[in-house]
Amino acid sequence: MSDPKIEGYVFKPGFKGMREDTGSDQTMFKGVHWGKAMMWIFLLSDTFIFSCFLISYMKGRGSTIVEWPNPSEVFALHVGGVAVPLLLIAIMTFVLITSSGTMALAVKYGYEKNRKLCGWLLLATALGGLTFVGMQAFEWSKLIHEGVRPWENPFGAKQFGSFFFMITGFHGTHVSIGVIFLFIYSYKTFKGHYDERKRGWFTSLKGDYVEIEILGLYWHFVDLVWVFIFAFFYLW
Amino acid sequence: MIETKKQEQTTTHKIGIYLWIWGLLFVLSFFSYMVDWFQFQGLLRWTLIVTFMLLKAGLIMAFFMHLFWERYALVNVLLWPMTAIACFIFLMVAEFKYTLFTRLFYFVVGG
Repeated sequence: MSDPKIEGYVFKPGFKGMREDTGSDQTMFKGVHWGKAMMWIFLLSDTFIFSCFLISYMKGRGSTIVEWPNPSEVFALHVGGVAVPLLLIAIMTFVLITSSGTMALAVKYGYEKNRKLCGWLLLATALGGLTFVGMQAFEWSKLIHEGVRPWENPFGAKQFGSFFFMITGFHGTHVSIGVIFLFIYSYKTFKGHYDERKRGWFTSLKGDYVEIEILGLYWHFVDLVWVFIFAFFYLW
Repeated sequence: MIETKKQEQTTTHKIGIYLWIWGLLFVLSFFSYMVDWFQFQGLLRWTLIVTFMLLKAGLIMAFFMHLFWERYALVNVLLWPMTAIACFIFLMVAEFKYTLFTRLFYFVVGG
């Protein structure tokens, strides 16, 4: 893909391409849709926010002298009287990965101008995200019912609740926002806004399937953050 | 007219690669769940968790987020700031060890 604004620019791969992309007294990331570049910058800043949360959790958990609640018992689900450790969390993980896969395929079929399939895949992704948020709401209400609060809990160290609600809440907010946008984008795809290059609601820019990729970057990032939360908060 | 034609030239990848990565992510998630299922403890548990986590994160970033095919300018802008996070983790590990030490110390010695 070449940038129409920069005449004669041809993208080269590797470090040679990087040198020409950054050090030529011109726009950086030549040929990249500005929305995509900005989404990456936003995701970078979001990475720092989530890292700060997880690092503060590490610091809090590492420095307390009270025993930390055992996550595999706290998040266990009782199926027929038997406690299955982390069952709900495992299902949530699989649901989120499934929706990440459908999103990746939606980006692919969007670029291939397969409007209907792209729309259905976006819808499937949105429903996966909705399922995830629903299960998280169930998990929260279960824990709140058991007496977990940001300032106390019946299982162990008091800091557990505040870290749990802060980290999973912030992640859940990201998922919820993503779900809203996925529904909007699947509507726009089915309506053919990207084929007709119709302008968006709040922008004068013409619609393009690159917008699906930008949304995809956000959605994969949400999945990426969950990988780290799953490892550090639930499994550690 | 030329502008719109130029923008339409976006290469897509074969469906096989996405399905492979998808499958691998499922398998890796299953493995990390198994770490908890079999109640591995100590260093083995932490090593396995971090390994599966990094593999999953790498696969998602490289293939689902297309970083593997992305220009180096973007990849470098994204990945170098991660060293700052690594430094922060390093600092905070030293910090929590010190906090834990002082807490335990004054519990034994008294204020």
